[in-house]
Amino acid sequence: MAWLAKSLNSSLGKKLLMAITGLFLISFLVIHCGLNATIFLNDGGKAFNEGAEFMAHNPIIRTMEIVLFGGLLLHIFDGLRLWLDNKKKRPVAYAVVDGAANSKWYSRSMGLLGTLLLLFLIIHLKHFWYFSRLTNNLTETHTLYNEMQVVFTSPIVVAIYVLGCISLGYHLLHGFQSAFQTLGWNHPKYTPTIKAIGAIYSIIIAAAFAAMPIAFYFNLIQ
Amino acid sequence: MEGHLNLTLKIWRQKNANVAGKFETYQVSGISTDMSFLEMIDVLNNRLIEVGDDPVAFDHDCREGICGMCSMYINGRPHGPNRGVTTCQLHMRSFQDGETITVEPWRASAFPVIKDLVVNRSAFDRIIAAGGFVSVNTGNAQDANNLPIPKDDADEAFAAAACIGCGACVAACKNASAMLFTSAKISQLALLPQGKVEAAKRAEAMVAQMDEEGFGACSNTGACEAECPKGISLENIARMNREYFSATFSSK
Repeated sequence: MAWLAKSLNSSLGKKLLMAITGLFLISFLVIHCGLNATIFLNDGGKAFNEGAEFMAHNPIIRTMEIVLFGGLLLHIFDGLRLWLDNKKKRPVAYAVVDGAANSKWYSRSMGLLGTLLLLFLIIHLKHFWYFSRLTNNLTETHTLYNEMQVVFTSPIVVAIYVLGCISLGYHLLHGFQSAFQTLGWNHPKYTPTIKAIGAIYSIIIAAAFAAMPIAFYFNLIQ
Repeated sequence: MEGHLNLTLKIWRQKNANVAGKFETYQVSGISTDMSFLEMIDVLNNRLIEVGDDPVAFDHDCREGICGMCSMYINGRPHGPNRGVTTCQLHMRSFQDGETITVEPWRASAFPVIKDLVVNRSAFDRIIAAGGFVSVNTGNAQDANNLPIPKDDADEAFAAAACIGCGACVAACKNASAMLFTSAKISQLALLPQGKVEAAKRAEAMVAQMDEEGFGACSNTGACEAECPKGISLENIARMNREYFSATFSSK
């Protein structure tokens, strides 16, 4: 298997790993966002809590949770490795750089956006994953939905979540189509479609997630 | 209409690869808007020679946009503000009177500075050499149409072969990545039947050499494609990825 390790450790291989783990995380976000969006049914969290209950006890989902953490860590580790590698390739910086003339700022800032996302994720996991999985605070009378209501009373927390979602949106806007390019899927027939789906996906995911803390904070859902 | 410009130039001066460089500021006046950027540097150099100073060293050869020598990073962009041109094809009418223009060499660890604005791009030659040979008959040219190639494939291969190896892709890339260059060189052969025979080995060897030379990885920002004077497409990078990973699983 030395041949595979060699390939995955090449500059192309590191990007392939980034693309595969990225697309995996993209697919996870669909499920996460879809399930959470049930709060907008405004049924007092009934559908949401049922969904959360299912996710917490289904053995396939629990196994996928481990795979998900693995994929996330791989994405972070590989991103860090690429960032450290790439940094060394230009030891003397340019005095003047007109980046806006040839590329989008968010495509050049994936490391920064990823770091912001990681910081947000630590806070987010502490709020809900840690609370529901590693403590005994979750009860019949205090559900995950109730915990969301409590957490999102703080304007600072809501602001952090909205900023996290904006970072996520831009990270996805570049990452979605970039992953397909890295996989070698660039063709006049389907690249415009991939880019369009990527843009729509990024906006919907970021807007839907950001709407959740905002809705709780302004008591738009009970 | 010809006009005349007075300009302030901030030019990177560096004796050789082993010493640190710094910017020097020069004033030039009466620069014709019809001059190319290189001719403007020629005027400056004439003046420097007249007063006994060291002229600014810069690469140039054909001065008609096909040799890829004139590597200058002008006001934050390779080959200056215009798209699809090299520095020799950049004319002074693209600048305003009184403007300050910053001129830097390509900056990449794989492109060490030889002097001032001249960098050593032999890393590119070694990447091409790593690709090895193509199995073709070396006797007389064979009859036309002996080897049918669809027009679209021939055009695409030719578009990739238009790469002049100028290094603007590396200069523009935030990671100093040479993927656009390497992918163009891989594509121009991979697209044609003559190049298919050694395609797998070629992709592996050229990518390995590219990494060895110290070029960065690709962030798919598209800066290389935007700054390429020959319009080499990002599709080539996708093709290189396909060639490389299929080689990973198929080469012996």
